[in-house]
Amino acid sequence: MTKKKTDKKKVAKKKTAKKATKKVAKKTTKKMTKSSTKKKSVKGLVFDYDPAPESSAIITFKKKYDLFIGGKFVAPESGKYMTSINPATTESLARFAVASEKDVDTAVKAARKAYQTSWSKLSGAERGKYLYRIARILQERAREFAVLETMDGGKPIKESRDVDIPLAAAHFFYYAGWADKLEYAFPGKKVSSIGVCGQIIPWNFPLLMAAWKIAPALAAGNTIVIKPAEQTPLTALLLAEVCQEAELPEGVVNIITGAGETGAAIVNHKDVNKIAFTGSTAVGKLIAKSIAKTNKKLTLELGGKSANIIFEDAALDQAVEGIINGIYFNQGHVCCAGSRLLVEESVRDVVLKKLKKRMSTLRVGNPLDKNTDVGAINSKEQYDQITKMVAAGKKEGGEFYQAECSLPRKGYFHAPSYFAHQSASSLISRVEVFGPVLSISSFRTPDEAITKANDTNYGLAAGIWSEKGSKIHKTAGSLKAGIIWANTYNKFDPTSPFGGYFESGYGREGGLQGLHPYLEIK
Amino acid sequence: MKVVKTVKLYIGGQFVRTESGRSYSFNKPGTENQYMRLCQASRKDFRNAVEICRNSVSSWSSRSAYNRSQILYRMAEMCEGKRLEFSTIFKDCLDVTNDRAEKMVDEAIDSFVYYAGFCDKYQQISGSVNPVNGPFHNFTTPEPVGMTALIDSDEFNFGSLIDNICSILVGGNAMVVLLGSGCPAILAPLAEIFATSDLPSGVINLLTGHLDELKQFIATHREVRSVSFQNEREDVFFDMKEASIDNMKRMVPRHKNVKSLDNILNFVEYKTVWHPIGY
Repeated sequence: MTKKKTDKKKVAKKKTAKKATKKVAKKTTKKMTKSSTKKKSVKGLVFDYDPAPESSAIITFKKKYDLFIGGKFVAPESGKYMTSINPATTESLARFAVASEKDVDTAVKAARKAYQTSWSKLSGAERGKYLYRIARILQERAREFAVLETMDGGKPIKESRDVDIPLAAAHFFYYAGWADKLEYAFPGKKVSSIGVCGQIIPWNFPLLMAAWKIAPALAAGNTIVIKPAEQTPLTALLLAEVCQEAELPEGVVNIITGAGETGAAIVNHKDVNKIAFTGSTAVGKLIAKSIAKTNKKLTLELGGKSANIIFEDAALDQAVEGIINGIYFNQGHVCCAGSRLLVEESVRDVVLKKLKKRMSTLRVGNPLDKNTDVGAINSKEQYDQITKMVAAGKKEGGEFYQAECSLPRKGYFHAPSYFAHQSASSLISRVEVFGPVLSISSFRTPDEAITKANDTNYGLAAGIWSEKGSKIHKTAGSLKAGIIWANTYNKFDPTSPFGGYFESGYGREGGLQGLHPYLEIK
Repeated sequence: MKVVKTVKLYIGGQFVRTESGRSYSFNKPGTENQYMRLCQASRKDFRNAVEICRNSVSSWSSRSAYNRSQILYRMAEMCEGKRLEFSTIFKDCLDVTNDRAEKMVDEAIDSFVYYAGFCDKYQQISGSVNPVNGPFHNFTTPEPVGMTALIDSDEFNFGSLIDNICSILVGGNAMVVLLGSGCPAILAPLAEIFATSDLPSGVINLLTGHLDELKQFIATHREVRSVSFQNEREDVFFDMKEASIDNMKRMVPRHKNVKSLDNILNFVEYKTVWHPIGY
């Protein structure tokens, strides 16, 4: 569209607006003048969105958050605290405890005691009822959790409200029902719990990951010590309050905070029977190495560099939505993000054109605003990491494009971006960026698409876009990845197993298969 | 005078000598009497086998379940045909009675038959259709983990060796087997079973050699996706487990399960596919 045409359209729209109400029109004009001097937030739109912030009044922050051990909040033995930052404003939200090795030991002992004295003595039906209770309380306090999740982690409220929190509740609800039906999960087998599970979760889906870990562990009859990420500990600590509210027997769930050292203390504790970790492949390998010579069980949900394949016969507008949802959902902080776009050469140019247009309508900004599509990068470290990788990608000669949008002055924000015409060996198409940065390359035949998609050390997820059923099935069968989204992307459900091949980890979470890691099966 | 032969390695459907030009003597138990000579597989032999093996995974995994099932059943038939040869080897090498030797062949044949029947069933038992909360068809199926290394026990047990081979085979995987020191003499007739049962070449490769020499290379080879460690040396298992983390191999520890679905599921990865439902 030429500039002239755009301007004409604007004028036409402005006239209609004037008719509506004077006030609105005035405001719009004002905004327009403002935005013409500055960079416009949404390209080509006459009306800008008015702010629609979700109120944070629902949250009462404690001065400091202690460790949740044995059903009570206790101060850390060291007296040390860290600060949790709101990445959208860089303001401090709260102080939280740093658990030392000694605190970890106390937590594991509490979990062991609960395992021996209360939790393993309960019938499956009773265990299930506690999990149902937790699910219900999460639903009832959903708004509070959503706002806190958004403030602590920077993700858009739209997402924490519609995805993270409802799914977390759904996970508890789903596994609650398994607690008294375990004998049906593995017919002909005798199943029993494992004992104390140590669980370490990342900052990209803080509450949801806690639910993925805690719900199946408890349903199977285990007790747990869990450590949320130091960037986003607050919703897990609110979950501790939910456990109290649900009158969960003390020590069944222990939630302790801290950084890498706290995590290492959990992993290396002698009385922990199983470790479950979600996070980077590098840390996952470290964990695997540190317990390689023990019989501790291990499940790992690690990184990915998932291919999103667009065939020429795809419904292209839907496919473009799939690209957007694949890579810009949750600021690209998604282990299964569709970070490698493979598009069939015959439709490459039109897909890129549509993608650019769609990117220009993404709203980047205040995560608490209900209209925001892309929120804040989770932390300064992650922001630096992304910008470093983008710089390296540019240096390598990648064709870089970034959505035109204005970013808030404060906070860590990164505009949705892509590198086009990437070779299979380029940095951006091999390394997990974990941010809103897409690598784009093209292919000519389905076989080439499959070869390129499988050309990675990871194997977490993949997307396929085509209107031809047989092609989808053939491609899905040939891709080496644990989750295949065909004509959709980034969908999650408690009944659907999640996890990857190769260096994307061991084991599955979710669904029937997600019970496996938490049971002894004989 | 008896003719003493050197048993060759079985790689890519061919009987080959080790590239290293090394062989060692296998004696009758408790004696100095040489029974036969064996090739001592080198690192390069292992790597050659892995290369062929990994390229053969798709030739096997793409066969229909019915076809895989028939090929495993064919192995039972071929094993039956070699009953006399196997039992003679067992009597010679393991100093067992005729009855015991016959029983060992029976166990192996039973394992072939058992797993033949599983090729088109384990998917139905371990897979699922998942009732997700939304208009999506969502299903989970077990898929082959890929190229697997099997490290056999030094305490020879024909039934469990065949059980372990079949558990890897059923799911569509290909393998390199390092035979244990208990009765490596079976390499030749065992390879002949695989060579004559319509199994695509390269899907099963058999090596004789020393675990201590090869363990590091098996554990660190990036094309090896999984290791079934059925040897009794636990220290070697832990060393290999640690060394295998670089490409996150699936390490399957020694177990005594025979004829079990679990053995098959040790060598599968679950794949979940989503597709929208609508007009």
